[in-house]
Amino acid sequence: MPVTTIGGQEVHVDDEGFLTEYDEWSEDLAKELATNIGIAELNDDHWKVITFLRSDFQEQGETATLRRVSAVGGIPTKSLFELFPKKPARKMSYVSGLPKPAGCI
Amino acid sequence: MTNAPIVPDFGDDDADRKMAFVCSKGSLDMAYPGLIMASGALEHGIETHIFFTFWGMDMINKKTMGKLKFSPVGNPATHMPAALAPFPGMTTMATRQMNKQLNDLDIPDIPAFLTHLQDMGCHLWACKMSVDMFQLTEADMIDGLDGVLNVSDFIELIDGAQTMFI
Repeated sequence: MPVTTIGGQEVHVDDEGFLTEYDEWSEDLAKELATNIGIAELNDDHWKVITFLRSDFQEQGETATLRRVSAVGGIPTKSLFELFPKKPARKMSYVSGLPKPAGCI
Repeated sequence: MTNAPIVPDFGDDDADRKMAFVCSKGSLDMAYPGLIMASGALEHGIETHIFFTFWGMDMINKKTMGKLKFSPVGNPATHMPAALAPFPGMTTMATRQMNKQLNDLDIPDIPAFLTHLQDMGCHLWACKMSVDMFQLTEADMIDGLDGVLNVSDFIELIDGAQTMFI
């Protein structure tokens, strides 16, 4: 597994750059991750998604899909596209320090 | 280990990709492939269009969209003896079984799936000839339909799109 330095912190990532260690993530790191992919500031709505994804991952052992975030997390799909533009599933996972969702929908 | 952080390439720069799916079948098992691929395309930020034609009209007809059926007749992949497949009740049973399997995987039913796609920005189009043939009006079809297109409009629409016929 490659190791990379983000915001002065060494973290383990996969070949693409997604964090591989759940516990290496922190809220401060999330801000750095967001900046890396062009999200200048994380607002309350971003944090709602991130908090849901992190806790759902702990329960389910896999990253929630867009549909699950909307159906179970109660965050409308439309707003996910506004918060994490163009590729919300991958971007929200990246900022939350989780792998890409494995499910198809 | 490198000095520059490893950051995923989300490919935001090639945002001009476009995909179109032609859904021409009205059976449950053939309704899902187009919708699932469209959902994948939308998740990648790709402009996505679905064109419903012929039996595919059942997927957006409010009367039928929630009641699509799966028949084991003529489908050797069900591994059911061919002589049993046409028996009365077989289609109902096979449909129930398939719906259960989909539900177990948290896959939405067709109407909910279409709403999900619309929420992701998917464009839904109905085929003019099929609308005329089945004598449908706009009120018969899914809310939020982008419009009814004839083949000439459709060909114009898919200019530059990767197109799949299902």
